[in-house]
Amino acid sequence: MAADQTAPRLDVDALLADRATRIVVCCGAGGVGKTTTAAALGLRAAEQHGRRTVVLTIDPARRLAQSMGLTELDNTPRQVKGIDTEATGGELHAMMLDMKRTFDEVVQAHTSPQRAAEIFGNPFYQAMSSTFSGTQEYMAMEKLGQLRAGDEWDLIVVDTPPSRSALDFLDAPARLSRFLDGRMLRLLMAPARGGRSMFSLVTASFGIFSRAVQKILGAQLLTDLSGFVAALDSMFGGFRQRADETYRILQDPQTAFLLVAVPERDAVREAAYFAERLVAERMPLAGLVLNRTHETALPSVTPAQADAAAAALDAAGDQQTTADALRIHAALLRQIDREVRVAATFTEAFPDVPAVAVTAQPADVHDVDGLRTIGAALA
Amino acid sequence: MASNEWPARLHVVTGKGGTGKTTVAAALALGLAAGGHRTLLVEVEGRQGIAQLFGTDPLPYAERRIAIPARGDGEVRALAVDPEEALLEYLEMFYRLGAAGRALRKIGAIDFATTIAPGLRDVLLTGKVKEATTRSSDGRRVYDAVVLDAPPTGRIGRFLNVTAETAKLAKMGPIKTQSEGVSSLLRSPMTSVHVVTLLEEMPVQESLDAIGELSGLGIPVGRIIVNGGRPPLLAAGKVTKTELKRGLAAAGLPTDAATVNGLHAEARAHLTRRELEESLRSELAELGRPMVALPLLAGGVDLEGLHELAGLLLSA
Repeated sequence: MAADQTAPRLDVDALLADRATRIVVCCGAGGVGKTTTAAALGLRAAEQHGRRTVVLTIDPARRLAQSMGLTELDNTPRQVKGIDTEATGGELHAMMLDMKRTFDEVVQAHTSPQRAAEIFGNPFYQAMSSTFSGTQEYMAMEKLGQLRAGDEWDLIVVDTPPSRSALDFLDAPARLSRFLDGRMLRLLMAPARGGRSMFSLVTASFGIFSRAVQKILGAQLLTDLSGFVAALDSMFGGFRQRADETYRILQDPQTAFLLVAVPERDAVREAAYFAERLVAERMPLAGLVLNRTHETALPSVTPAQADAAAAALDAAGDQQTTADALRIHAALLRQIDREVRVAATFTEAFPDVPAVAVTAQPADVHDVDGLRTIGAALA
Repeated sequence: MASNEWPARLHVVTGKGGTGKTTVAAALALGLAAGGHRTLLVEVEGRQGIAQLFGTDPLPYAERRIAIPARGDGEVRALAVDPEEALLEYLEMFYRLGAAGRALRKIGAIDFATTIAPGLRDVLLTGKVKEATTRSSDGRRVYDAVVLDAPPTGRIGRFLNVTAETAKLAKMGPIKTQSEGVSSLLRSPMTSVHVVTLLEEMPVQESLDAIGELSGLGIPVGRIIVNGGRPPLLAAGKVTKTELKRGLAAAGLPTDAATVNGLHAEARAHLTRRELEESLRSELAELGRPMVALPLLAGGVDLEGLHELAGLLLSA
């Protein structure tokens, strides 16, 4: 197992069994199996450790979602049926994040119904709540904050969005804060507060700028934007406070970050980058899950031996099957060798971060049995 | 046209994360440059994937030569588009802002604009790509082809259609004009979106979804590039322990149960995997779109490997 050779082994069962662990955040590059890992962890926490668990997924593969009984994006945790919790009394629930609905809820929670209606009707809100870069990350963190605040769950397992960068969800709240504190925003607030347009108030030196803004964005857009900003104004304190609270929860020891990677250069690089960030932000990094590693059933025959034997059989001409099997074996060993080297780049940089490797499954996981197998491999 | 087989001028390369879309984009830019052409390889996500691939320092916001084709003249230039820089450049080009442009950045307006205005960021990125695609100098096109290492399949529809999103907000003005220009280029035969996939379930599913989405948006889909192919082994599709034992003996290797069983298990796993790959390949083939297969590069991707892939893409 690639990562185990130098890194301490990550004890997933101890992590899941520990009642003090309340949140597990799975993060990593796209396509490394974050969602599957999150679901497998949730299932194991419920079945083996009797915890009342909810898995928050962002964008699960359809068949994986179906395996957990998630047929629609309804933003509500649904209990996963057909799992074996008789012995432990645990429960597994799962939900898919509905970005827009979560945003709507935040708005409703922070303002009057009348204001909320104004906000919902603004074209900026409509676009921002569905396409704003960072909205998905921010709403994932918002939802996590809500789930945690309700104190209804023993354990919340979060799958982070398939971002441009795995760091986006960490940055989204800060970015929002920066945005809310920005001078630009305060300028735009001016018409709402003073009853006059910012553009009639600004000094001559600022005139070039304001003309440019009007030219580029157009007057209608500015009106919509300042209307939007004015309507949101009442909620900003609340927004900010929630973003800060969620950030604090993420720093708290009740949270465990699991980096998820596959033994490929880009994914491991992303994991290392993320590890640096978590350390810098004093976020509790629990370990690395290295998915889709390979193992051999025949360690005694080296790639060179296998290749030489295959070539000899080819020359003899009547043992094609064995020659092919030996070539498959040689390719497998070389792949394992590459994987070990790639994984080592992470453990060299972070020798104290525990790791666990999960062997590649013959086919993708899309049922509870498959998740159980992954969970067992993790633990 | 840089190639009869790849007639578009703007090649947008997408794919699920981990499928090798940056590698394929780079190989395509190299291939299209062969024979005296100049191509531009563009990235827009701030990942510096091109620099990593070619082992260079991070790319600046400037078009620099990054490689030359294996045969003939020609060159590949690379560009990492930064939305803030693109906005400033855009302002400079149309409004000659000068110092005011820098003031805009200082005051946070650039950050603000690219944050709040949904799609503005993307329209700036695609706008820059359009500018490079259509740029000419002395009546000649500067680039024979532009290859965009685009966002992954999960976001490609939104990224390319974002001009429509912006158009909803900006009902008039230069941003709207800009959006419409980008939108018409992306929906014209000058553009082709290629989807890179591996023969694994998630990437194939996402490729199918993305192709459906793009077709629905009226954006031309080009090829499906099946990456990471392995040489066909065990063509008969079955393997028995008896024949392995015989073969091992013939090769002078141990024939004990552990060796035979180990080799058998690995061969069986290979066959299982290949069956799944075949069924995924036929799912893709049902779309009836041109498909190109690229091999897994045994030694990882280096410049030599890129030239190899470039040759395979262009001969496909």
